[in-house]
Amino acid sequence: MKDPTRTFAEAHWIRMKQENALFDDVLKTEPEALLKSWLIEAAQSGDNVAIARTAPHDAQELLGSLQEALRADADLARFDDAAWGRTRSVLSELSQSRAAQGASAGETSYFVLAIKKPLFAGLRQRLAADPERAFDALWAASTLVDRMAQWTATTYQRSRESVIQRQQQELLELSTPVVKLWDGVLAAPMIGTLDSSRTQLVMESLLQRIVETGSELAIIDITGVPTVDTLVAQHLLKTVTAIRLMGADCIISGIRPQIAQTIVQLGIDLQGIVTKATLADALSLALRKGGWVISRPAR
Amino acid sequence: MDRIPILKMGRCLLVTIQVDLLDQTALALQDDLAERISATAAQGVLIDISALEIVDSFVGRILASISGIAAIMGATLVVVGMQPAVAITLVELGLSLDGVRTALDVERGMALLQAGERSHGGA
Amino acid sequence: MVAPEPSAPRNGAMALVAERDIVACRQLVRKLAQELKFTLVDQTKMITAASELSRNTIVYGLGGEMRWEIVTEGLRSGLRLAFEDHGPGIPDTALALTDGWTSGTGMGIGLSGSRRLVNDFELRTVVGEGTCVTITRWR
Repeated sequence: MKDPTRTFAEAHWIRMKQENALFDDVLKTEPEALLKSWLIEAAQSGDNVAIARTAPHDAQELLGSLQEALRADADLARFDDAAWGRTRSVLSELSQSRAAQGASAGETSYFVLAIKKPLFAGLRQRLAADPERAFDALWAASTLVDRMAQWTATTYQRSRESVIQRQQQELLELSTPVVKLWDGVLAAPMIGTLDSSRTQLVMESLLQRIVETGSELAIIDITGVPTVDTLVAQHLLKTVTAIRLMGADCIISGIRPQIAQTIVQLGIDLQGIVTKATLADALSLALRKGGWVISRPAR
Repeated sequence: MDRIPILKMGRCLLVTIQVDLLDQTALALQDDLAERISATAAQGVLIDISALEIVDSFVGRILASISGIAAIMGATLVVVGMQPAVAITLVELGLSLDGVRTALDVERGMALLQAGERSHGGA
Repeated sequence: MVAPEPSAPRNGAMALVAERDIVACRQLVRKLAQELKFTLVDQTKMITAASELSRNTIVYGLGGEMRWEIVTEGLRSGLRLAFEDHGPGIPDTALALTDGWTSGTGMGIGLSGSRRLVNDFELRTVVGEGTCVTITRWR
């Protein structure tokens, strides 16, 4: 007497193989016709010329990966399985390149969904005499293609996110430059509110430049910082501590009268950091510390 | 166990740390330095950590210890070459390394030590 | 809900018994952080935290293990490390998490400091049974 679970599993396996074979048959019989039908359907969503050029190649790749998966007994109902790995990576690459080319998420997933038309037509043709099996096969096909489109949309979103992140980073870097004022003297003019990520960035780039240029003095100018509260002061103190740990020193300049008052009122301890009202004063001090003497010949 | 080599340069001892330190290697360095400072009557110790990518609280405490030990024996410790990421992490960790002098690189570290020697009137 | 790429292993464990395991732990965490493409500063913070916690496990926890896992939450991914031992446990966690606390043999800044180096920090401890510290750093 056969173990019923084994029988069930075997039956499932056999059905799966039959289904895969059926799908594979649809894909390999007249592939050009299938591709053509697919591309026509996909073109309905947009007129992007660059994409229209790469579409045939993309479709071929995707088709190839589908066939590979089907022949490796991938389970149509489990798109997350390892067997669909190549298909997933083809789709990821597709959405990344489409994102870069400026296609929308909708256009990109529509491309994937468009394969339903020729796929369904092929299945219907083969299962015309068996409506029940036809329904099951169409359902399986639809579910698979939907999962593929979902995957495409998600990776599209991820690439857009990383593009945006990169742009934000570049913007942040542009707005917090570190400049060399003199041999051994760097200045980091801070402009705008000092939040944690801003300060982190300035700290990192300032420290990096200190090492690169061998500058022993950094001037952090906060003329452009509207308010200094305990949190901002903490960020600044951390930056100064890190600079000192590395063996350089720091002057904070641009302390406006209101800020000076706030610092005293809040009882913020500046821990011996030298502060100057203006960047000019800070530079003057820095030069003196560095042993520079500036003279102006009598006119 | 590999011990970190200590080089002598004039009245100074030079140590370059290039490997990921086992705790016992760091402790051995502390012992070896104490012994060498005494044996050579060194006036300065320079530890180059420019190749060290991780400085945790253990290594931090060892550096502070070495600084204290050196001071008691009349020598000054200068730690040079701390990497930016290490400095940022140490600050976040809350390690102040108080009392440990630092410099950007070996040249400046040596200059610092020699300036110190001069101000002590040499010997 | 889309599953992650099943290309490389997403979790694992390593024993923390001897002192040299601290270095091995640092090297493993560095490898993982690099694979996850953490920034240099984030890598350094994570490895340093791992160094502190692995030392605690070995020296105060009398040995244990570190379990690692690559985690995903929506669109972000991160590294989760759990340091577990079956040692004496920590009697007063509030005290232990204050900077500079020493259990008599110098646990000091390792625990409280590590917390500042990571995004998520969880401490579970039972006196007489052991301790488990779980840290997560997101990319």
